Amino acid sequence: MTADQLLTLVVAVLGGALRVGAPFLFVSLGECLTEKSGRINLGLEGVLVLSAMAAFGGAYASGSPWIGVAAGMLAGGLLASLHGVLCSLPRVNDVATGIALMLLGTGLAFDLGKPLIQPQAPQLPALALGGWSASPAVQAALQLNPLLPLGVLLALALGWLLRATRIGLLVRMAGDSADATRALGYSVAGLRIGATTAGGMVAGLGGACLTLFYPGSWNEGISSGQGLIAVALVIFARWSPLRCVGAALLFGGAGALGPALQSVGIGWGYHLFNVVPYLLTLAILVASCRPGRLAAGSPGELSAR
Amino acid sequence: MLRNLLLPVAAVGAALLLFGVFVAGQGASPVEVWATLFKGAFGSGFAWQNTLQRAAPLMLTALCVALPARAGLVVIGGEGALVLGGLACAGLAPALAGAGLAGTVLVCLAGAAAGAAWVALAGWLRQWRGINETISSLLLAYVAIGLFKHLVEGPLRDPASLNKPSTPALAEGLRIGGIAGSDVHWGLALGVAACVAAALWLRWTPSGFSVRVVGGNLRAAQLVGLPATRLILLACALGGAAAGLAGAVEVAAVHTAANASLIAGYGYAGILVAFMARQHPLAIVPVAILFGGFGAAGSLLQRRLGLPDASVLVLQGMAFVLILASEAVRDTDWRRFFAWLFGIVPPPQQQLPARSAPETTP
Repeated sequence: MTADQLLTLVVAVLGGALRVGAPFLFVSLGECLTEKSGRINLGLEGVLVLSAMAAFGGAYASGSPWIGVAAGMLAGGLLASLHGVLCSLPRVNDVATGIALMLLGTGLAFDLGKPLIQPQAPQLPALALGGWSASPAVQAALQLNPLLPLGVLLALALGWLLRATRIGLLVRMAGDSADATRALGYSVAGLRIGATTAGGMVAGLGGACLTLFYPGSWNEGISSGQGLIAVALVIFARWSPLRCVGAALLFGGAGALGPALQSVGIGWGYHLFNVVPYLLTLAILVASCRPGRLAAGSPGELSAR
Repeated sequence: MLRNLLLPVAAVGAALLLFGVFVAGQGASPVEVWATLFKGAFGSGFAWQNTLQRAAPLMLTALCVALPARAGLVVIGGEGALVLGGLACAGLAPALAGAGLAGTVLVCLAGAAAGAAWVALAGWLRQWRGINETISSLLLAYVAIGLFKHLVEGPLRDPASLNKPSTPALAEGLRIGGIAGSDVHWGLALGVAACVAAALWLRWTPSGFSVRVVGGNLRAAQLVGLPATRLILLACALGGAAAGLAGAVEVAAVHTAANASLIAGYGYAGILVAFMARQHPLAIVPVAILFGGFGAAGSLLQRRLGLPDASVLVLQGMAFVLILASEAVRDTDWRRFFAWLFGIVPPPQQQLPARSAPETTP
């Protein structure tokens, strides 16, 4: 490999981290909020796929990508609220419900999205931050998703919300001790349904990233497990929205490795490089989990089981 | 017993109703859809053959969920064990091309071993590091699929497979044939036998009983000195072996080579079958036939009524959600509920006591 190729590769991976990381950021923020309220939503995988389809459909039908973004949020919120409500029923397990919603969300997205595979929807305008560089590779890599800065702001806002506001305190209390929440006269189910729904709306923004920016079309393989990786990302980020930003960028870079290598002409092992994010997730779980010990920052209700 | 059966059946009925509403929203007639579903699944000899053929791998992938579940684990990565099982079968097949029935047995065992190792890995990660097995098994499934694609499109590829990368086709003598001249292959018998064997194992053997104790109450199991880690790994390995076997059978009986057709979602549908069967191996058999029927009817829905092929996924998702939600009403006193609904008696003053509350004897 020549030095020129290496530079292209590094730029492609870094740029890919920003592009591929955007959906990861939103889904992990959504999962973070949900888990802070004491509930796991494995169904975010279904939420991501359904909202990606809804965002694409919304943008295609209305001609405005921003209406598509709103449609994605709405679809994500709706599916996640179903998770929230179902899990509040007695004897309903949230892991099993998450799997069910994963299936339902993908099914709905594939079914309703059938007519959307061919057409082109208007895409979100890119933020071109690479104008200062003469290199076309750098310029292409810095074509930023306009939702990405929004995601960083959202991470800051969510961190502040959970740390310093009354509603954030209530959400954390529902996550740390359902009994204490009940004793103070708040509805645990209500708080969790609210947090799950809001988490689904945030994840819906991730879905919009998938179809309205890079890769920018609707197809049935659009999210292979990104919603689930987010669950592991949250553990890695130790339930802190700010650390989710770094974790998402790391995963974006891992996900961009395969395509980046292909772009410099290394076609070998394309599928193997595509599994890097999953292996990285497993490695991070191995490094950050210990049996019988509470991870720092983990909501008490999640660890009690 | 009847009560246990009634609730999931009612949930599937409700899912069919809801699916009717859904397809009506897409402009199809619900009655026609239900009729087509039935016709495509159980309406003719051909439909039955198609249904049973799809039920065979479902039984095995459902065991991949049910057996670890009896040890207290939620494993959802059966798809990974299935594709690796198929890959191991196709990979070993050229070496055994002339070995006849013994060769068939060996390639199937290779598939089972690959699946067993893969799911046991998820169980081991949980016991070693406390990693949630639901997440790790699914991540491992994606890794397995990547590995499968890499090997099938690269080192193991038959150069003659042009448009669809495949491994070399299995030798005639290694393939699994039909039962008495039908299209239903012997994999179905294998699936039923595996379910019966799993039920017998759980019910009658010390290790099966120990696995249930570990799944029922880990604390109690540890107090009486059961080797929980070993038992959990055993349950995972047996479940994974079933899913790996499913992959090997699909290769040896249906596709005759390992290629992308193997990644058909049987592993994920198996989760649904296992949950509907309430993780009981014997109940898996009829439930797998029901869902095999849904799968078989899917293509008919597409051809006759122009619905997308994914509409069956929607039906499955609805069934899954409603089956889980039906758990919430499991202990409801329906006589009292209906009496209250129709205003015969005033509504109950308070919630019924939980199951664990001591009974007050008169």
